[in-house]
Amino acid sequence: MVSHAQRTERLHRFEASAITGVLVREVVNFSSYWRSATFSSTVEPTIYLLAFGFGLGSLVSRIGGLEPVEFVGTGTVATAVLFSSAFPAMFGTFVKYQFQRTYDAILAAPVDTEELVSAEALWVATRAGVYGCVPMLVAVVFGLDPSWGMVAVPFIGWLSGFGWACFGIMTAGFAKSIENFSYIVSAVLTPLFLLAGSFFPLDQAPTWMQAIGLLDPLHYTVELVRSAVFGGWGWEDLAGLGVLVVFGLIMWRVAIYAMTRKLVD
Amino acid sequence: MPELAIRLRGVVKRYGAVTAVDGLDLDVPMGTCVGLLGPNGAGKSTTMRLLTAQAIADEGELDVLGFELPGESKQARAHCGVSPQLDNLDVTLTVEQNLLVFAHLYRIPRQERHDAIERALEMALLTDRRDTRIDKLSGGMRRRLLIARALIHRPQLVLMDEPTVGLDPQVRQGMWALIDRLRSEGTTILMSTHYIEEAQRLADTVLIMSHGKAVAAGPPSELVLEHAGHEVIEVYGPPPRLAEVEAEAGEAGLRTRRTGTSVSILGVDSRNGWKGEGERRAANLEDVFVLLTGEEIT
Repeated sequence: MVSHAQRTERLHRFEASAITGVLVREVVNFSSYWRSATFSSTVEPTIYLLAFGFGLGSLVSRIGGLEPVEFVGTGTVATAVLFSSAFPAMFGTFVKYQFQRTYDAILAAPVDTEELVSAEALWVATRAGVYGCVPMLVAVVFGLDPSWGMVAVPFIGWLSGFGWACFGIMTAGFAKSIENFSYIVSAVLTPLFLLAGSFFPLDQAPTWMQAIGLLDPLHYTVELVRSAVFGGWGWEDLAGLGVLVVFGLIMWRVAIYAMTRKLVD
Repeated sequence: MPELAIRLRGVVKRYGAVTAVDGLDLDVPMGTCVGLLGPNGAGKSTTMRLLTAQAIADEGELDVLGFELPGESKQARAHCGVSPQLDNLDVTLTVEQNLLVFAHLYRIPRQERHDAIERALEMALLTDRRDTRIDKLSGGMRRRLLIARALIHRPQLVLMDEPTVGLDPQVRQGMWALIDRLRSEGTTILMSTHYIEEAQRLADTVLIMSHGKAVAAGPPSELVLEHAGHEVIEVYGPPPRLAEVEAEAGEAGLRTRRTGTSVSILGVDSRNGWKGEGERRAANLEDVFVLLTGEEIT
């Protein structure tokens, strides 16, 4: 009898087949929970869009030179990306290693932590890229003019979502209990999404708020989405793209470190 | 192909002040079934995790199927199957979907995937439950599926961590039949267990572990003969009487072990027979285990 294993070629450190294996698990698993995941990832940002775009928007005629629905409709793309990446990555990762022991099963197969984390982040980022477009599409229904630049929005959402997915995985890797997430949500994620420039222009905000915004990767997501939708790409957008790439790379490596500590004794 | 599927030398694994595995040597020849026998906390599960590089040894040498761990562990894992002690099936997926995921993880080529899944379903006796979600399966079905999942890529070596823990006796018999079938087909098996009967029935060689150390190793029958003789006499009575029996056996040069309400007198045969009262029974691995470790196994 010739085993499948005997035909396996020399395995390398970072393999596409390992990534594919983990992705297959995620895709198959997604079929069992896509409704709730889609609901939680899209409804909340859409509510923000409706509340800020039409509620607060009715008090002002323009925000940052744009109609309120245009300003908030593009801004909440970043909110949707955050909600569909950092949050599910945080909770999903914790549940999978702590309660379901899914990662124990996967790591017993020829898959390393680096591949596992990368595949999980890629999957979450892909979902974030898709879900991130929902508020923008809702805004189109309410008056945002469609443009060819909108085609770039899923890619911006994907890039930002990758960094935030890795942030979520990293947080889960360092967390001692699921209750620890409350600190991260309240002290890190909520301020970052409120100060990203989604709901009000940062350049008119107090200096300290602008300073925080400049350190916030979500702010660059907002700016890139607006540049894509309304045109007018500039060097600052290239810099913004660079920030998201660097953010993603740093978070990716730290997430791998955190999960290796967690999963390998 | 290496003669030894697993070779451990002087392996030490510490968790803070606790030494879970303490200088362990272990040889698992190809085509055999080796049982790690010991109570909870003996270091069996840690040893299993070391073999999949989910734990990294502080000291010692580990080779699995000729691959040196932890550096080449990924290569070794491609040739191994692992059935864990704690159920880690994806509960929201169906039986077939669980197998499909692992067919991908073990890199079974696309054209062979269907056959591999069918074979695993058949092995787990779950062909007619392929579309059933895991959370609708019984404990025995889930255990069978865990083993089938570990075997989907026809590995050379299977690591089974407490394969029948928590199962009722009838289901356990079914699992033993499955493991016995694998053994007879030539699959190399390393199985940890704290069930004496399981080790005695299934393992070609048993390694008795206590506090992270190997205290004895050998075929079950030889271990029993060497340490407990052919027969044992069990004497029941109140504690003072048991103390007297222990003293009398000691004077006669016989070893004893306490088992709650009785004393077992070991190594009793025609040459140095026990003249006193008691019920005669065949010596077993439990006698050996208690004698060597001073611990009861449950």
